[in-house]
Amino acid sequence: MSQTNGTIPLIRVDISLNDTERSVEIEPRELLIDVLRERFRMTGTKRSCDVQVCGACTVLVDGMPTSSCTTLCADVHNRHVTTIEGLAYEGRLDPVQRAFIAHGALQCGFCTPGMILAVKSMLSLYNNPSEETIRHFLRGNICRCTGYVKILEAIKDLVQNPLSFEPEKK
Amino acid sequence: MRPARFALHRPTSLREALALKAEFGDAATFHAGGTELLVALKARVLQYDHVIDIKQVQELRDIRLLDDGTLSIGSLSTHHVIANDPLVRQLIPGYAHLSEHVANIRVRVAGTLGGVLCFAEPHADAPTMLCALDARIALASTTGRRDISAREFHVGEFATAREDDELLVSIDVPRQLPGDKSAYRPFGHTERPAVGVAAVWSPQGLQRLRLWVGAIVAVPAPLLEAQEAAERLPPDASFEDVWQALESVITAEAEKIDAHDDLHGGAEYKRHLVTVLAQRALKECLK
Repeated sequence: MSQTNGTIPLIRVDISLNDTERSVEIEPRELLIDVLRERFRMTGTKRSCDVQVCGACTVLVDGMPTSSCTTLCADVHNRHVTTIEGLAYEGRLDPVQRAFIAHGALQCGFCTPGMILAVKSMLSLYNNPSEETIRHFLRGNICRCTGYVKILEAIKDLVQNPLSFEPEKK
Repeated sequence: MRPARFALHRPTSLREALALKAEFGDAATFHAGGTELLVALKARVLQYDHVIDIKQVQELRDIRLLDDGTLSIGSLSTHHVIANDPLVRQLIPGYAHLSEHVANIRVRVAGTLGGVLCFAEPHADAPTMLCALDARIALASTTGRRDISAREFHVGEFATAREDDELLVSIDVPRQLPGDKSAYRPFGHTERPAVGVAAVWSPQGLQRLRLWVGAIVAVPAPLLEAQEAAERLPPDASFEDVWQALESVITAEAEKIDAHDDLHGGAEYKRHLVTVLAQRALKECLK
């Protein structure tokens, strides 16, 4: 009883994408990264290794880091998805983004969206993460430019001095 | 890369999931975390007309303590959930530690214990420890239920004793005796272990030491000579005494393992890792 010779019905997926309700009709096989990049034109999410090792395609699903390259879009039906485009609030960058900029914790920037979202998730799980916790949590986010030193410095500074990275009042 | 076309089914009960699998046969696969399956579907190593997403089957999610002291872990439990589960942390902290160190955070959040066992990639962490803990694997199909030892579940690379129409329901870890300590230590330069060693030290058990090595060959294997040598050790032996008695036995036994050169390392290197990791696991048990 193979259905692949005929047409497979499209399925509807409802996503709270960066706190905006979105609906999309997709084939069941479509991957989250493709829907984000090609349907919603949110190209901040990067494809690199395509096998959930590098972390460049990281998005948050209900606040937890997720490899969008290896996640079916159908699997985020009725869930909250956060991409790098959703982090700034009223045009003001998130403290994690501000810390990265202040420390020059990026060079080419390709890993940065995934790195920043992973840090965002880590800070929601740990109040005051140790350097060991930071290193362990970010083990799956690869950067080929910085050597990680400035990334670690940025995160440690943010953890120790959170108020100094709050966005300025408009 | 994206998978070939498939129809997606989302059953909400075990009964419904099993019925779908019985209906579509080998044209269908179960889908949980997707950390192994989707990689294979994208590479077109595997291809199915029907994908049965079991994530809404709530009865596969429970982690609970049975009356006889068995810790029953539902197959849909993710590594992240297991690592943070109060019962697991209390009863088998060594297993919680393993779960907290599988691959990376994204894999731990999505990947399920049932999935890693059924996919049966030899370079995995969980199977080795579950063999040392002498866990049992519960399977269900439309025709009934059965359970088998974790030690008999993996039968080769990417091959298990699960029949195609069976779904892995739970992983049942028997009651730990007072004083039992377990630990698992892996090493590798990729996110998968080149070699992993699991140790269970049991002062009151019928068997003083259970010592299993995984990833180095197709399925986890016990270090039988080391286990036998450990029978002569007192229950309250210090790590130093244990290691003095076992180091040469473990090293000699590791030399005989039929390891192969692969991307995880050379055969000689991996045999060397067995002794190093056995030392680390035992040290953690006996600290």
